[in-house]
Amino acid sequence: MSGHQPPSDVLVIGGGLMGTSAALFLRQRGVSVTLLESDLVGRQASGTNFGNVRRQGRPIGQLPLANRAIEIWRNANALLGSDVEYLQSGHIRVCYRERPEMADKMEAYAAEARHAGLELELLSGNALRARFPFLGPEVMAGSYSALDGHANPRLVAPAFARAAIRAGAVVHENTKVTAAAKVGDDFEVATADGRTFRATVLLVTAGAWGPLLSAQFGEPVPLVARGPNMSVTEPVPYAIAPAVGVMTPVEEETVYFRQVARGNIVLGGSTRGPAYPDLVRSYVLPQNTLSQLRQLRRLAPALGKLNIIRVWSGIEGYLPDSLPVMGPSARVSGLYYAFGFSGSGFQIGPGVGATMAELIATGSTAIPIDAYRVDRFPAAA
Amino acid sequence: MGQPDVIIIGAGPAGVRAAEALVGAGLRPTIIDEGRRAGGQIYRRQPENFRRPYGELYGTEAGRAKALHDGFDALAGRVDYRPETLVWNIADRHVWTAAGGRQQALPFDALLLCTGATDRLMPVKGWDLAGTYSLGGAQVALKAQACAIGRRVAFVGTGPLLYLVAAQYVKAGAGVAAVLDTSPFAARVAALPKLLAQPGVLRDGVALTLALKRAGVALHAGVEPLEVLGDADAGVTGLRFRDGRGRERAIGADAVALGYHLRPETQLADLARCAFAFEPKTRQWLPERDGDGRSSVPGVYLAGDGARILGARSAEATGRLAALAVLADLGLPVDAGELADLRRQVAGYARFAEGLAEAFPWPAAQAGKLPDETVLCRCENVTAGDLRRTVREAGAKEANRAKAFSRVGMGRCQGRYCGQAAAEVVAAEAGVPVEQVGRLRGQAPVKPLPIAIEEDAP
Repeated sequence: MSGHQPPSDVLVIGGGLMGTSAALFLRQRGVSVTLLESDLVGRQASGTNFGNVRRQGRPIGQLPLANRAIEIWRNANALLGSDVEYLQSGHIRVCYRERPEMADKMEAYAAEARHAGLELELLSGNALRARFPFLGPEVMAGSYSALDGHANPRLVAPAFARAAIRAGAVVHENTKVTAAAKVGDDFEVATADGRTFRATVLLVTAGAWGPLLSAQFGEPVPLVARGPNMSVTEPVPYAIAPAVGVMTPVEEETVYFRQVARGNIVLGGSTRGPAYPDLVRSYVLPQNTLSQLRQLRRLAPALGKLNIIRVWSGIEGYLPDSLPVMGPSARVSGLYYAFGFSGSGFQIGPGVGATMAELIATGSTAIPIDAYRVDRFPAAA
Repeated sequence: MGQPDVIIIGAGPAGVRAAEALVGAGLRPTIIDEGRRAGGQIYRRQPENFRRPYGELYGTEAGRAKALHDGFDALAGRVDYRPETLVWNIADRHVWTAAGGRQQALPFDALLLCTGATDRLMPVKGWDLAGTYSLGGAQVALKAQACAIGRRVAFVGTGPLLYLVAAQYVKAGAGVAAVLDTSPFAARVAALPKLLAQPGVLRDGVALTLALKRAGVALHAGVEPLEVLGDADAGVTGLRFRDGRGRERAIGADAVALGYHLRPETQLADLARCAFAFEPKTRQWLPERDGDGRSSVPGVYLAGDGARILGARSAEATGRLAALAVLADLGLPVDAGELADLRRQVAGYARFAEGLAEAFPWPAAQAGKLPDETVLCRCENVTAGDLRRTVREAGAKEANRAKAFSRVGMGRCQGRYCGQAAAEVVAAEAGVPVEQVGRLRGQAPVKPLPIAIEEDAP
């Protein structure tokens, strides 16, 4: 397990949804790819998130990327040769009576989103409850996106990795990168087991671990690792098609849920817990579970009759403006980044992979990504 | 300085004896019990309005059961006893409890986990039919409610509980179709030198076997269970198995009691972030502890069958021993002679337990032979074939990976019942040792938590 490995055109560091989908789409463009994953593919943010395949609520400037992703999601099972439990069953965002200003924001957002190719239906509280009777009396208004939905995050990144391997990518799991540098025209990457990998292009898709690599190229990123707060109920008869979430400026109120076809209801949001990338551990704090349940009872009181049977978390990377780092390095040619998706990377993930593959293979993309520049943060004092 | 907060989880033999030692030293421990009345599983008390005498309920263990119950009753007023209370999480030096629809977090300086054991189960095709119970479940029905699980019950599995519960059913007048033990008789003979560490218990065990024979119950050793027979409407109608001579046979039965000795309830130790180690003799992951019960986490102690299966008598000793470790760590005086005596007792129990593990081995090889259509995870309805496909096609060779892809162990029991068998299925399919497959990580809540839970003000 030592010595120089066969070189490839692109070396991808990080086997989450961004890295595995980039690997597949690079192969589809005839580019040779090696992907290094320190653990197993899709185990942290990509595998432990809520599973929202949701466009509405994203910054308007991100909708072209989200629209590119939705096309991939619709064909995911055929593309991947594996069922990732994608249901295009709709997504509702609601707001509460005590925050009527949110309804105005919803209306303004819907008008802008229409121009960006996302059709939203605005509904009053009573109209919403007529259609979705599980919503509580505090719900004042809502915005329904018929063509959004949800999927099973545990399955998606591993399915992309298997498809990439079938398409000719080389994937090394349990391979921890210890150093990366540009030597001449090539990148040289050393791993903990003593191997050295070379490639002409380096793509960093290492999630919360991304800054460890960008810093080696003189590009520090102020990322904070946190863990999502997830719970699941016992299975009950399938009755709730859309994913449902609350639009609010108060973090504790931001609860959301979806029902999987098997019947379990998955809950997320309200608060996030501590995550320790160096230990590869994250925890759900009991008080966060309780605040999540309290908020869920407001949103959908009838769910108070159920039990949760399990909670979980994972390691996500958050940036101060909640936007990712995505695009070319500002300092080193041939170096690219796609990490720090701040808890909202799942839906756009396949679009990120396709866009990074396009950018690397052709040198440009029509998808706007300028807002995600790595050098947008003021230098640390 | 005020009194230290000492919490004991579990009120079986380990928890009660630990509480006695702490009260003896002038402390007032909190005892949290999932049960309605203290006693735990083996010395489970009947409901208040039942009047069966000790001898009828506990047989040869009547004296010990009464002593334990009396010992607990004598602590009244000197402990904070909380029955019917679930500990659903442990975090930040607090135990998080749920009782009567209300949640409360209790701080601790020292925490004793006396969480006991549940049945260790190896699936068999058809075990998801109505009428199949765990051995422990079959015993609880009898002990707590004076009910049998059927009129003609087949007892299948291995371990001392197999014979004990079958004999209790005979004594209670329930029909016993047969006792089918997967362990070969020769293993029991070979284990005799170690079993002689507890000659009294060995004698009681032999007496049970003789009583079953006298009652005309067919006893088979070295069997391989093949299928619980029946259908969705009728439930269990019989059992197909291969006998010790390799002949395939079938018997009629309207219920099956299934169990392969016991496994410790270790989820709370996991949530308390205790380190675990693989124990090759029983092929199980156990929380690490020193000889007196200290876990790898300062202030967290382990005792009784929840730490390692050594039996009820040993649990009384390890419970007291762990309490003495708490006292010593709090800087309170501990009698060195008593410590030495308890450690000596526990060593003897450990030798006997090793003999039991050799006499009644976990039939790991059965996992690889389960037909693909066998339901493995009953909560999530995952078959052995589903899990094997996950290993073959998605490359999941680790327990949590297999869970993520197939949902095995993801349901309301969180793998307590299927987890060990699932690990064996993965190991057999992947061709790797079972310790390499690892163990399912525990997650809160340990048991289902109502979404409508109300919170007490902090």
